[in-house]
Amino acid sequence: MSRGARILTYLALAGVSGAFVAPLLWMVSASLKPAREAASTALLPDRPTLRAYQSIIGIHAAPTGAADESQTSRDAGRFNYALYARNTLLILVLSLAGVLLSSSIAAYGFARLEFPGRKLLFGVCLATMMIPFPVIMVPTYMIFKQLGWIGTFLPLWAPAWFASAFNVFLLRQFFMSIPRDLEESAMLDGCSRWGCFWRIIIPLSTPALAVVALFHTLTVWNDLVGPLIYLSHPDQYTLALGLQFLQSRSGDTPWNELMAASTLIILPVVVLFLLTQRLFIEGVSSTGIKA
Amino acid sequence: MIRATESIRGRARRRSRADTLAGLLWTAPWWLGFVLLLALPLAFSLYISFCDYPLLQPPVFAGLENYKQLARDPTFGKVVANTALFSVVSIPLATGLAILLAILLHQPIRGRAFFRACLFVPTIVPLAAAGLIWMWMFNPEFGPISAALRAVGATPPLWLGSPRWAMASLVIVSLWIIGSPVVIYLAALGDIPRSLYEAARIDGAGPTRQFWHISLPGLSPVILFNVIVGIIGAWQVFALPYLMWRTQPGPDQATYFYTMYLFDNAFIHLKMGYASAMAWIQLLIVLALTGFVFWASRKMVHYRA
Repeated sequence: MSRGARILTYLALAGVSGAFVAPLLWMVSASLKPAREAASTALLPDRPTLRAYQSIIGIHAAPTGAADESQTSRDAGRFNYALYARNTLLILVLSLAGVLLSSSIAAYGFARLEFPGRKLLFGVCLATMMIPFPVIMVPTYMIFKQLGWIGTFLPLWAPAWFASAFNVFLLRQFFMSIPRDLEESAMLDGCSRWGCFWRIIIPLSTPALAVVALFHTLTVWNDLVGPLIYLSHPDQYTLALGLQFLQSRSGDTPWNELMAASTLIILPVVVLFLLTQRLFIEGVSSTGIKA
Repeated sequence: MIRATESIRGRARRRSRADTLAGLLWTAPWWLGFVLLLALPLAFSLYISFCDYPLLQPPVFAGLENYKQLARDPTFGKVVANTALFSVVSIPLATGLAILLAILLHQPIRGRAFFRACLFVPTIVPLAAAGLIWMWMFNPEFGPISAALRAVGATPPLWLGSPRWAMASLVIVSLWIIGSPVVIYLAALGDIPRSLYEAARIDGAGPTRQFWHISLPGLSPVILFNVIVGIIGAWQVFALPYLMWRTQPGPDQATYFYTMYLFDNAFIHLKMGYASAMAWIQLLIVLALTGFVFWASRKMVHYRA
């Protein structure tokens, strides 16, 4: 690569990276402005303050009599970060266990068991990935309504206990890459299928399982449609739905609080991404993330 | 002798029955979900798409009434046109940009991991937050984009509030969330054998010809994959436009998309039959488009043997 080309590549990458990250930096900057100053074109806050964050997580600064103070405290409690985070994490934990267990069992079935119709079944499994979610939105809602699940967390985590086609595909590919010898010799020693799965395959598959867990975490954190359809009481809101609710009244919610709430929602997943970057990128490049 | 073969055959049959049972048991977590959460809802949805079903009353069979109404519904025409326009504009742009960024990231320079992380971070951002951030970015009064345009003497458009620019704004936001295809193209570039490029160089092919004759054909299966994912995604677009235009209804329905109208019919107007008819049309459109892309690309996609 010539020097000129190298410099051009650097410039292009730096420019694009800057453009991609800039909106997030602006978000943080706006979140640090006082309410009155928030809706301004200034790139950096004059006097950075954490007041928006205090209001969002429900810690109130002692009133100092400033005019925007009363506005802030009236808005407090609308967006209950701790409660919404707890709800989101609850849904995440309840569904994550189901996702990992159900997908890995089904994937093992497709990877290792020989039975007539396996290819056909797996083909159907792959084909279902093409069905857009909105197509079954209405009938699924009816089913959960019949079950009396509307207004509970159940529709948001119970379906995760049935393996999803995407995860089955991802894990099956990984299981197929593990040599069969280990299981064969274990079975000669009297190990059962379940024993092979649980004691050999699962421990060897932690990278793939971690990718499944990561993708699922992001999906739950991101999910807006599910909570929008199934949750009705503000006490049950997830972070995404709570933010949408806060924003839908943006007329009277100051921008600094909207941006503080956004920052607090983004932060955990961005940290998670940065910590697991290599695993994550490998997972995406070998399968494609569910967008 | 005959008895022996029979007993072997009998044992084989018994074994195959046991194998089938084991296979079905192991794969049950998937196929049970397939039946309960996909096949049954799909069948149910097909049935109610032929019914008048205002949610609170039982469905009444109405034949093709919903489909006939859809054909006459100007809003339906609008959302189909909007969704088609969005896919036609955003998918080629996203494909071009993602390949360009992947090629940049593929160059042997230092700091690639850092740049890659920068490009991927927006993809991690939950859409609820992304919608808000971009409402801020596009704000005509104090948004940074408008401020920058004013600084160079241009008059910024109303962006989200303008029927002409609303769609463009959404396309820009969708290009921001491009991390997955970039990473997929990057991996595919790494899989193209180096020897091909070396041979091309010896034959005197420059970077442009190497791109058209080696990189692009090498990427073609992945391009096909990403285009199909893009089509399926475009017909599902919901969260971003829902967030960005909900409180201030989209100008002239310029950003009213298929899934949003389906959602509104189902959960705002409670027209479950009508929404289900839309759902089935959506499924058929996606399958037809995917089939068409496969067919149209059959001579352009090169699979390495």
